[in-house]
Amino acid sequence: MATTLTVNGTAHQVDLPDDVPLLWVLRDALGLTGTKYGCGVAACGACTVQIDGEAARSCQVALADVWGQVTTIEGLGTPAALHAVQAAWVEHQVAQCGYCQSGQIMQAATLLAATPDPTDEDIDTALSGNLCRCGTYPRIRAAVHAAAANLRGA
Amino acid sequence: MANWGKIARRSFLIGSAAVAGGVAFGVYQYRRELPNPLQPGVGEATLNPWIIINQDGVTLVAARAEMGQGVYTTLPALVAEELDVAWEDVRVIHGPAAQAYYNGGLMSHALPATDYDRTGFQEVMIEAMTVLPKMIGLQVTGGSTSTLDAYEKLRQAGATAREVLKQAAADRLGLPRGSLETRDGRVIAPGGIELSYTDLAVEAAAIDPPRSVELRPRSQWRYLGQSMPRLDMVEKVTGAAEFAIDVRMPDMRFATVRMTPRLGGEMLSFDATAAEAMPGVDRVIDLGTGIAVVASNTWLAMQAADAVEIEWGPAPYPETSEEMLDIIRAALDEAPNSTLRDEGDIDRMEIDPADRVIEAEYTVPWLAHATMEPMSAAAHHTGDRLEIWAGSQAPGFAEARAAEAVGLDADQVSCHVTYLGGGFGRRGESDFIVLAARVAQAVQGTPVQVTWSREEDMRHDFYRPAAAARMRGVLRNGFAHALEGRVAAPSVTRQAMARMTGSAPPGPDKGHVEGMFNQPYAIPNYRVTGHLADLAVPVGFWRSVGNSFNGFFMESFIDEMAIAGGRDPLGFRLDLAEREHAPTAGVLRAVAEMSGWAADRPEGTGMGVAMTHSFHTPVAVVVEVQQQDRDIVLTRAWIACDVGTALDPSIVEAQMVGGLYFGLSAAMMEEISFAGGEVQQVNFPDFDALRIHQAPRVEVRILETQAHLSGVGEPATPPSMPALANAIYDLTGERIRDLPLNRRVRFVV
Repeated sequence: MATTLTVNGTAHQVDLPDDVPLLWVLRDALGLTGTKYGCGVAACGACTVQIDGEAARSCQVALADVWGQVTTIEGLGTPAALHAVQAAWVEHQVAQCGYCQSGQIMQAATLLAATPDPTDEDIDTALSGNLCRCGTYPRIRAAVHAAAANLRGA
Repeated sequence: MANWGKIARRSFLIGSAAVAGGVAFGVYQYRRELPNPLQPGVGEATLNPWIIINQDGVTLVAARAEMGQGVYTTLPALVAEELDVAWEDVRVIHGPAAQAYYNGGLMSHALPATDYDRTGFQEVMIEAMTVLPKMIGLQVTGGSTSTLDAYEKLRQAGATAREVLKQAAADRLGLPRGSLETRDGRVIAPGGIELSYTDLAVEAAAIDPPRSVELRPRSQWRYLGQSMPRLDMVEKVTGAAEFAIDVRMPDMRFATVRMTPRLGGEMLSFDATAAEAMPGVDRVIDLGTGIAVVASNTWLAMQAADAVEIEWGPAPYPETSEEMLDIIRAALDEAPNSTLRDEGDIDRMEIDPADRVIEAEYTVPWLAHATMEPMSAAAHHTGDRLEIWAGSQAPGFAEARAAEAVGLDADQVSCHVTYLGGGFGRRGESDFIVLAARVAQAVQGTPVQVTWSREEDMRHDFYRPAAAARMRGVLRNGFAHALEGRVAAPSVTRQAMARMTGSAPPGPDKGHVEGMFNQPYAIPNYRVTGHLADLAVPVGFWRSVGNSFNGFFMESFIDEMAIAGGRDPLGFRLDLAEREHAPTAGVLRAVAEMSGWAADRPEGTGMGVAMTHSFHTPVAVVVEVQQQDRDIVLTRAWIACDVGTALDPSIVEAQMVGGLYFGLSAAMMEEISFAGGEVQQVNFPDFDALRIHQAPRVEVRILETQAHLSGVGEPATPPSMPALANAIYDLTGERIRDLPLNRRVRFVV
């Protein structure tokens, strides 16, 4: 039985069992590989997407439970039209290996939608579930502040 | 990202007679013998193994694994600096696995001697020894050697290519080459005539390059020495960067493996009846020491793998980490494998009644690499060809091992190197690539993506070995009069080299004692012996390798000596370094100034210092900790390093901070333990790393006083761990000699 899923504004018919996590629907059925598998137990944040604007660990959301429109890193912005958070990531040269950055960026974008002028503590709290083994945290903090300022028009 | 395969394919599709291999330009005469692996098509030219020019512009071959350390930026910058192409026009690819891309820099670590006081003879030896990696095509990313190896080689590649492009223009215009200039991908002739490189490339490829060209002095650099925009950045913030786990092909199937958790043990039996009946499952493959499940979706494959009932045989090593540590400790009393430093006379020196003798023992646990991208590789076996896509730090070895595993010749196997979702040494191994090849062979004709679960990844690593040290020191008038260190651990070098080349190198294992024997400290009696413990647990290269444990042993003990002698720990080290190695003294002075080391510390604040000279780079670190309620918080850290020449300061800074955090994570909380012969940690909840709210603010100062370019990817890791332990001592008065520290203190979580 096919399930209808709207990802980055496009509706897809997905023919997979109901309990397949959204992460693996995106990656293996829809070919949207920007969302990463890191742990499968919501411990690393690499699979973070937005569902109706809310940050969600896609490894923990079953296909049948997806409650709204999904936005992935590919839908947030593109190389030709970067989202403010992505542009700040480029400006501050954040990524090293880059594997966790899709999740970091989706989490940061969600934070800024609710908290336009976050403190370091706000950033730390929002991003403490997103693991980075390369150690990009200082540049993530700087980039989130820069993106916030940009979005506020400051 | 461009792809060398695509270039090759396009050439094929055009149906052109490929330009013969003879167009390759040697950089040096002796490199002429190594064939250029790039096969250009019509309208394309490859001026040497690092440069491809076609209608679309200039593509540079990095030939090293981009695992976050910035080689896809710094290596192209070396070529572009001399070639004169605009940065925004530079494209980079990994290129094929090939002998031409051997890493000669690895041999800079091979001499069994300290390297901070290299003699001219040693330089000559190192140069001569690069013949070995060349002969065996040692294309390996590791040892913090990528820029060291590339520094001259890639600038020469850019410069000689520029000169033949100018010669091609000179021939066409009937002008002397010396009257021409180059700028942003064009040759400029007097009178405003401009010819683009793309226009000249095919003609240029037919011209014999000059033997060597004088390289531009630093004062003329446009790209090097600057923080360049990373060429991989936009891809990595838009989800477009392709890691091995992301490789998708038409009709691809998705697989996972479940190998014996008793590493090196056997699989006695399995029952896949339930698994094979699960939705989406194609089949379960018997891999001998484990199974693979092939399905329509990775998650369905993982679910089915869980449902396979498997009986495992015993492991070829003791069942518990406690028993293993006993074996490691016992090796301290056995005959040494190495005595790479033996100054003065430790056995017969006289000890005055006024001298202070101190002794201490330390241990560190096994550690996993835990790269963010679990092990993964895609493979497509078509009968007489095997194509592999993998994040490999050693693609030549991977091709050879995969070929053996599926009964093909090495030249029938191609390993396409993708971005690496973290490497840290783990992806120098070929185990995950061989398994993907075997799965692909079993489903011949169908491309397959083989992704390990995090649990499989964490429980099937080549671990940083557990290690033990016994240290003895003599203080005379507050100065270090003697230091004797014994180190015991399983040998990473022997195991890893045996896997790569089929035989373990005999003789002293330098990697086992690096970070202790080769420190630039003037201690009149200074002996370090390495003792190899015989354990069959798989061990491998983990960021900074032997330095990762010896740095902790040495710099914890130096701290103990300083304090026992009533000395300031930083001043004590400075005394030792000043008489031995000026750059090391320089980083200690810098970090003292940056951290305000001499100032009074507020109540509830502790600071610790440590210095390790590794990968030719001295790095000094100060870590500040505070007691906040019941928790210890890492508030700030300062790093001073001397890298000789900082080719890209932004990347150097990122590597220093990343190396520091990598070590702090291990020191604070990381441990792999065994019970019943199986690794007990399975996922990030029980093998975590530093999170953003735990990460201290860091300030980095990059010094450039050393004559040699030196490594940046690893050397901040070793001193980070003792600096933290020393800071905790400063705060609490408790000397913790066994890692991880969270067995004894509570960090903010």
